[in-house]
Amino acid sequence: MDSIGMALRRRPKPVEQLIRALLFFCATVSVLTTIGIVWTLLSQSLLFFRQVNPFEFLTGTVWQPQIGEFGVLPLVTATLITSLISMLIALPVGMAIAIYLAEFATGKVRGILKPVLEVLAGVPTIVYGYFALTMVTPALRSVFGQETVGFYNMASAGIVMGILILPLVASMAEDALSAVPQSLRNAAWAMGATRLEVTFGVVIPSALSGILAAFILALSRAVGETMIVAIAAGAGPKFTLNPFAAAETMTGHIVRISGGDLSYDSIDYDSLFAIALLLFVITFGLNILSRKIVRRFGEASA
Amino acid sequence: MSVVLSTRKLSIHYGTFRAVNSVDLDFEANEITAIIGPSGCGKSTALRSFNRMNELIPGTRVEGEVLFQGTNIYDSEVDPVELRSRIGMVFQKPNPFTKSIFQNIVWGAKINGIHADYDQLVEESLKAVALWDEVKDKLKQSANSLSGGQQQRLCIARALAIQPEILLMDEPTSALDPISTSRIEDLMDELKKKYTIIIVTHNMQQAARISDRTAFFLNGDMIEFGLTKDIFYKPRDTRTENYISGRFG
Amino acid sequence: MMNGNTTMRVARRRNLGKALQLVFLSLTILAVLVLGVLLGNIIDRSFGISAIEYANKYEDISADGATLEESDDTAVIETITLNLRPRTLDALEAEKPLDERKRSELLEILERELLQPSVVRSWSLMQSLFGREAIADELQELWPDAVPRWRSWVRAELLLGSQSMDPMYAGIRGAIIGTFITILITMFVALPIGVGAAIWLEEYAPDNKLTRFIQTNIYNLAGVPSIIYGMLGLSIFVRNLVAVTQGRTILSAALTLAVLILPIVIINTQEALKAVPQSLRHASLALGASQWQTIRHHVLPACMDRILTGAILGLSRAIGETAPLVVVGASTFLTHDPTSVFDRFTTLPVQIYQWTSLPGAAWRNLAGAAILMLMVLLLGLNSFAIILRNRYRKEMKA
Repeated sequence: MDSIGMALRRRPKPVEQLIRALLFFCATVSVLTTIGIVWTLLSQSLLFFRQVNPFEFLTGTVWQPQIGEFGVLPLVTATLITSLISMLIALPVGMAIAIYLAEFATGKVRGILKPVLEVLAGVPTIVYGYFALTMVTPALRSVFGQETVGFYNMASAGIVMGILILPLVASMAEDALSAVPQSLRNAAWAMGATRLEVTFGVVIPSALSGILAAFILALSRAVGETMIVAIAAGAGPKFTLNPFAAAETMTGHIVRISGGDLSYDSIDYDSLFAIALLLFVITFGLNILSRKIVRRFGEASA
Repeated sequence: MSVVLSTRKLSIHYGTFRAVNSVDLDFEANEITAIIGPSGCGKSTALRSFNRMNELIPGTRVEGEVLFQGTNIYDSEVDPVELRSRIGMVFQKPNPFTKSIFQNIVWGAKINGIHADYDQLVEESLKAVALWDEVKDKLKQSANSLSGGQQQRLCIARALAIQPEILLMDEPTSALDPISTSRIEDLMDELKKKYTIIIVTHNMQQAARISDRTAFFLNGDMIEFGLTKDIFYKPRDTRTENYISGRFG
Repeated sequence: MMNGNTTMRVARRRNLGKALQLVFLSLTILAVLVLGVLLGNIIDRSFGISAIEYANKYEDISADGATLEESDDTAVIETITLNLRPRTLDALEAEKPLDERKRSELLEILERELLQPSVVRSWSLMQSLFGREAIADELQELWPDAVPRWRSWVRAELLLGSQSMDPMYAGIRGAIIGTFITILITMFVALPIGVGAAIWLEEYAPDNKLTRFIQTNIYNLAGVPSIIYGMLGLSIFVRNLVAVTQGRTILSAALTLAVLILPIVIINTQEALKAVPQSLRHASLALGASQWQTIRHHVLPACMDRILTGAILGLSRAIGETAPLVVVGASTFLTHDPTSVFDRFTTLPVQIYQWTSLPGAAWRNLAGAAILMLMVLLLGLNSFAIILRNRYRKEMKA
């Protein structure tokens, strides 16, 4: 190469390369985290499943380690019931707010509502748990009677979880609705439809994939929620379908047991990881489902 | 007359789409060469390949050679970062840094290791683009406080501050008003005394006004290349003639 | 005829629309109300009348049988010396001799060690303000010996006191220090790694399978329940890395939280980087700058405000986390305040959780007061974030 070529020649730039390597390492930390989670849950659960039959674990309706019963269904049903109750609150109210924000609200209302939603979403779950125990439970007891509603009950926890999750539903659904192109609305208006008909007939069907994804993610969040149920729902696994009864969810159980005296390598210790593994599989599955829905059906409506 | 930049069978692909098809061009020193053609004809793509800025778009593939004073700039031994300090670029939309006017000009020099009297450098660069008198009292102000035309002249000054050999200009006045446009066109004659300028423009009249040579592109092919006065008054190809006379564009 | 029918139908549809709009609006207002109720509830619990019963009466234990009002400082000191256990007395004297202490200090010692008040019943603010009579009746009936005192559960002692078996004296000092040190470490770990990872993904990473895998993985991690991160922390940081972290320590807690907020920080920073226009990068590169020079001098400064805001939001989240820290092993009873990262610890949310779970209204009042402190802290932090962001924006425009 001639002199110009030499001047243009690549020179080793150690600083650039070092920075590049450092940044790549930072990115791999996230992979290490996943590996850590999966390895932890699997290895410890394996220890548990050597002593307890996985089938019994998944189908048993009694969880009493003292007598050797490790059926996880009581915890799962409690998780399910509290989550469903929360969905009953979060989904309709969240959707209503989302529709209002996306289609009807003026700038002033948005200016108040959005920050309020952000604050609601930012309140620590422990505060919500306190709220459930000290405010919602007494309210429920005075409405339905002290014999029907226990001091600890799933309904309180479920209701407050719904409040916790509704900002998530509202903001995700609003994003989905806002993403619908204005031209679609214009076309419907031009046909003489009212605003509401446009919303329900055109906009929502168009944004359906995003809305569904929001719902599933909200459910995932409810399933994984811990502190609200730990404080308000009850301490003690019980297989019941009565929402006013006390019961312990998967997450509540883990936090209660690990908060007490726990010796490593006992079956109680390992059982926690088995429950956590189940929890992880459920929430992970829901998250993946949520993303798949957006991808598969989102494109169709785009 | 010496050639500073030339292309040999230059082809550029975006994925499977061929944007530029086997182009041979020679750019003479201290001349202004214009590249004209309808939108989508590949002229901007070609321009961006001269300082390897096209590599920023994923999926771009280059065949052929671009020779800068004898060296193929696509040689694996060539450092694109170094190359871009020799071949400068001005973009369609003015993009000054969100820094002061002073810092805008000085930053390029600093990172390229050009140690000089920065005050003098700033004054010279701004004078070269006829901006000095307008901003000399507010050098510390943000570049965003300038008008569009002023910002573009600042961007030109910024490019000149690192003393490139060639200045590439990608439709530099298309986002500006007519007065700013004519002010920048007035600069060109002075600038070409020190630099070689290659300008892409969709404004034929501009090309006719300021350039020494012109290349006409159509659908990725270079149809005709020659002295501007020949291209505009005695085009050899009918397609060139049709474009010049406005039958399509 | 057709026109008449159409008009009627349209009118009906319009009315339906308006009705439903009202429903939406009211549901929206409901959401705002809930927030208000939440806050109101907490404030309600934090102040009010408490009925206090004393284990011992002053007159019964004093040297000369006089009441507290009749005794001067010397008499009080005599009473204390008479009744206190020798070891406790010596400890107190060693700290500061009794006759050098102010009356208020003496009274405090008197109360805590000898009179031993306990809260038998407490009422909320609303009850205390508006139900005075009912309270008086109840007191008369159930606890005739108790003394009603107006009590703010939010008081200086709350901040200064440490964990205690007695709700009268328990404070959050240890918890606040624990929260502070933990978050500091979390910040120094999670922010650099998170921002670094985001820069890699947005500015350097080639568009290939590995990059897509890393990106998907991060989104998945953001959706993992926080208690699972607690399990991770317990297994890896507390147990397997015990040589480094020394077990259930602040360090383990901080690392667990750092791992937890890492995906949030990364995603947020990525969004901030995406918002920087490409033209800025092009301008820099066209001048012969390297990629890192471009990022360092132009891209990062352009979105630093958004990155910082996102970071602070992530830290807010970490401050409020309870479940993972309980799993990792927050202490139920600290003997002394943490002074190093290898100490046992508790944090404010964990402390609140523990108090809420204890029986007795007093503990719940205390928890309510602590929640107020937590909310104030979070409010302060988020306001700081907003101020920071606005200041940064002003600097960029100048």
